[in-house]
Amino acid sequence: MMRLPPFTYLAPRTLHAAATALAEHGADAMPVAGGTDLFPNMKRRQFEPKVLVGLRGIRELTGIRGRGREGMTLGAGTTLSAVAAHPEIVAHYGALATAAGLVSSPQLRNMGTLGGNVCVDTRCNYYNQSHEWRKAIGFCMKKDGDICLVAPGSSRCWAVSSSDTAPVLWSLGARVRLVGASGERVVPLEALYRDDGIQYLTKQPGELVADIVLPPADGWTSAYLKLRRRGSFDFPVLGVAVALRMDGDRVGEARIVLGAVASQPRPAPDAAAALAGERLTPELITRVADLAAGPSKPLDNTDFTHPYRKKMTRVFVARALRALAGLPGGGRAAEEVA
Amino acid sequence: MTKQDFSIIGQPLPKIDAWAKVVGETKYADDFFLPRMAYGRLLRSPHGHALIKSIDVSRARELPGVYAVITGADLPRVKFGILPVSQDEEALCTEKVRMVGDAVAAVAAVDEETAERACRLIEVGYEPLPTLMSIEAALAHPEIRIHEYGDGPNVHKNVALQFGDVEAAFAASDLVREDVFFYEGNTHLPMEQHAAVAHATPDGKLTLWSSTQTPHYVHRLLPRILDMPAAHIRVVAAPVGGGFGGKLDPFAHEIAACRLSQLTGRPVKIACSREEVFYIHRGRHPVLMWIKTGFTKAGDITGCHLKTWLDGGAYGSYGVASTFYTGVINPVTYKMPVYKFEGARVFTNKPPCGPKRGHGTPQPRFALECQLDKAAEQLGLDPAEMRARILAEPYTKTANHLTVTTIGLGECIDRVVEASGWREKWRGWRSASAGASTAPAGKRRGVGIAASAYMTGAGTAIYWNSMPHSGVVLRADRSGGVTVLCGATDIGQGSDSILAYLPAEVLGIEPKDVHVHPADTSLTPVDLGSYSSRVTLMCGMAAIQAAGRLRGVIAQAVAEKLEVAAESLAFRDRKVGVPDQWERALTFTQAVELAEARHGVLAFAGSYAPPKRAGKYKGGGVGPSPCYSYSACVVELSVDEETGEVELHDVWIAHDIGRALNPLLVEGQVEGSVYMGIGEALMEGQVFRKGLHKQPSMLDYKSPTTLETPDIHTFLVETDDPEGPFGAKEAGQGPLLPVPPAIANAIYHAVGVRCDEVPITPEMILKGLELRRKGKSARVGPEKIPLFKFKEALMVESAFGRPADAVAVRPFQS
Repeated sequence: MMRLPPFTYLAPRTLHAAATALAEHGADAMPVAGGTDLFPNMKRRQFEPKVLVGLRGIRELTGIRGRGREGMTLGAGTTLSAVAAHPEIVAHYGALATAAGLVSSPQLRNMGTLGGNVCVDTRCNYYNQSHEWRKAIGFCMKKDGDICLVAPGSSRCWAVSSSDTAPVLWSLGARVRLVGASGERVVPLEALYRDDGIQYLTKQPGELVADIVLPPADGWTSAYLKLRRRGSFDFPVLGVAVALRMDGDRVGEARIVLGAVASQPRPAPDAAAALAGERLTPELITRVADLAAGPSKPLDNTDFTHPYRKKMTRVFVARALRALAGLPGGGRAAEEVA
Repeated sequence: MTKQDFSIIGQPLPKIDAWAKVVGETKYADDFFLPRMAYGRLLRSPHGHALIKSIDVSRARELPGVYAVITGADLPRVKFGILPVSQDEEALCTEKVRMVGDAVAAVAAVDEETAERACRLIEVGYEPLPTLMSIEAALAHPEIRIHEYGDGPNVHKNVALQFGDVEAAFAASDLVREDVFFYEGNTHLPMEQHAAVAHATPDGKLTLWSSTQTPHYVHRLLPRILDMPAAHIRVVAAPVGGGFGGKLDPFAHEIAACRLSQLTGRPVKIACSREEVFYIHRGRHPVLMWIKTGFTKAGDITGCHLKTWLDGGAYGSYGVASTFYTGVINPVTYKMPVYKFEGARVFTNKPPCGPKRGHGTPQPRFALECQLDKAAEQLGLDPAEMRARILAEPYTKTANHLTVTTIGLGECIDRVVEASGWREKWRGWRSASAGASTAPAGKRRGVGIAASAYMTGAGTAIYWNSMPHSGVVLRADRSGGVTVLCGATDIGQGSDSILAYLPAEVLGIEPKDVHVHPADTSLTPVDLGSYSSRVTLMCGMAAIQAAGRLRGVIAQAVAEKLEVAAESLAFRDRKVGVPDQWERALTFTQAVELAEARHGVLAFAGSYAPPKRAGKYKGGGVGPSPCYSYSACVVELSVDEETGEVELHDVWIAHDIGRALNPLLVEGQVEGSVYMGIGEALMEGQVFRKGLHKQPSMLDYKSPTTLETPDIHTFLVETDDPEGPFGAKEAGQGPLLPVPPAIANAIYHAVGVRCDEVPITPEMILKGLELRRKGKSARVGPEKIPLFKFKEALMVESAFGRPADAVAVRPFQS
């Protein structure tokens, strides 16, 4: 049996107290909300924090406020189940409800939070292994070692962004409110990420994601499709988030963001630009899907082969667009699993 | 007895341990907590193949909280193995490790964390050797030897048997097909991880509680490994949370717990992690197969020649038996007049393979059933009708001298063909010429069929002896309760329940009146273990015999009291009396008291050993079974031509169970087998990368969830086999066999792609579709077979079609 390493657990009641505790303990401390990602990783010794700052008792982190037409604010501590089931989110930010509802399993969605999923650790099947396994193969640079086992010549880590909600929130134009011991700031969600498997978040270690702020949903529709082996449990090995604002029968504005093909959500701006001002015809969809597959550059460090994940990018983008255009052959998220 | 006479048999009763399991009351081995207990842990090798140059445990011993640290030097220098012919394992390796996960040292400490820390303080000096990670690599590098024994460099076992002239048969055939298949290895994935608690007591005795499927074989091996008398060792099988064949060997953690307990004087528990269970393994062998079969125009098989190469992993385990099983069961299903089988098991630096549900037979079954589908297409035959035409004859011998009794396969095929709407859905061979090449990519439906046979218990024990394979002691007490002692091990299949139902049926009492005490070598007569689908038949026959003996003594006492003939008495509703004078009937409790007063203590034994039918040739001991179960399966699925993903809609499966002692349990076994077959067909793979297991966790080793499990429609066919208890055959393994080939055949029907390899992944299907678009053969699978010389085949006359005994004489029958 694998055991958690010993740690001190702090249970602050306010965001300020939590941020202060994180600042005080510095590199020794980590925040934890649902724990569905962190605790298994701690058992495998990917993280060995001396202090855990528990966020579950902080009331201001939970709750969903606002309406679709004026924009919404989602507390980072809101469970994924609550996000998936919220009628206003289902109605106006459909892809977000879909993505939240496809994370792991029902039990883990009841524990796991939106903030936790936005910040979920990057994954790699050379890294998400026990200490003994990693020692046997020779530790990698993400923990205890100094090389990348996926791309041995590389100077950086290629662990994969494995959040379902992050590409969707990016495509929806979400912002995040970050709270630290010395103040707070609001940044576009995309500014939270960087393409590095180790330092995949730009926030300061002492900062906490407090809220996810969604812009007004006026005229926007969205879709999310997820590739994984099974209909439950599995992390995405490809996520496709598409958001469209229609202008009559033409696309006014579009955003396409890919998940799980890089160390951060990966936008496909050329594909999105090709949609602007156009009618969603099957021919256009094919062209856009080809363009969207360009930025998809998976490596061989997840389930399925990486050429397959690349190939599926095109298929999934086309399906998401067909679904939003009401054309036949659009995928429903629940069907996109083997 | 006819069916309507039964009161318990045939009823869909809950298992006797169902409540305890549902409410979490059942105490598995890891739930045992004894006073002063220490916690153990094994240090395992990080190298796939290496010489051990030194082991320094001094720093670990000094760690506060550590009670003992042992290495192979603390155990007798003997090698062991479950089969007498493959004594190649050490609990703690002394000179060499042969796989990542081989144990080299063990620690007992105050808690698991301390034990783990101590393991990290043990310094082992290794000299790494090249690793061999595939059949091809092991055969290509005879200079790198994993073991010094076997039938050649890195060849554990090389067998060749020929029954009749296959070449002559091929020459006289209308169609001869040669195909190559590969079946990837996979693991059992029991919910319960292996655990053991050992307690060496001050009187010099030792008790081991373990999640084992075979307490008897562990009991036989421990004395030699621990160098102490068997009479001073007691092995108890704790309730097993899923076995599937993965808990059938003696394991390092069991042996280390025993030795650590002897050294510390404390009970010692070792509970394995999920990752360790992947290294313990003993699961499905990866098997590469070449199969050549001849057919007549009408679809009759004229002869068959099968070659198999098994990737055995680092140790022998049950591998010699596994090798035979890849060959010997195939002739049981269809008329196969002549047959040649060549098999080789190869050592590699991977966790050892062994028996997993269907032991060695799902792989050749996949090959044969997929090949039959291809032949049916070439011959323009309906694959369901073709199979139904060529069924083996009941009460005959097969080419390889196996005796077959009842065969319900014809009815099984009829039932699934009928229920699935096969005729409307199949509608001829269509997919190879029509469909995907011109139509836009979409989801295509298809149906596929396959059939199979499996043994109901191995006809011989793993060590040669003439003693019973299963024994029961049954004791009636004055409360009216009956106690059953039997060495059988309930691994979830319900053997404890069967041991309650059968005596209850014979004695006219309720299953709740029967107290079952299983699997304790000090208390219970030997049952060989839960493997080869032997338990219901063998312990069932022993239980019926013991209950019959008790019934006879009770009947005599009651007959005297009532002044009637003993033969006129009926036992039912907890009463004993003459049916037409039922008002005078005695209660079962009164009857027991009368009988005890007349006879003395009411304790009776029952014994069972299978009929002696081993073929009179070397190797003839593997394959014989009292009787064989049969299954037929139709699968309906859709294939997404854009993604290659397969969605299963329905599985119709009919199983010849002989008699369903409890249809609820049988259906549970059938559904569980189907589920496991789906996993093997579509996603499970025990695969390695850079010398390491690629995915040793339940998240990353992909096994289906309920969402991937389609509606399963189960049909039970009863043939009332004279060899089985009240006519029953096995249910726990056979129904897995037709599932993978039925899925492969349905995929071909849907999109015209032949997947000659499992697991069938979306990538493989896309590759097949791509080949098809290019106008090439849309086949995906292994391309070549190893250059390997099998030994000269042992020539044996084919026994095909000879009449076989209806009911053989069994040992211990009277």
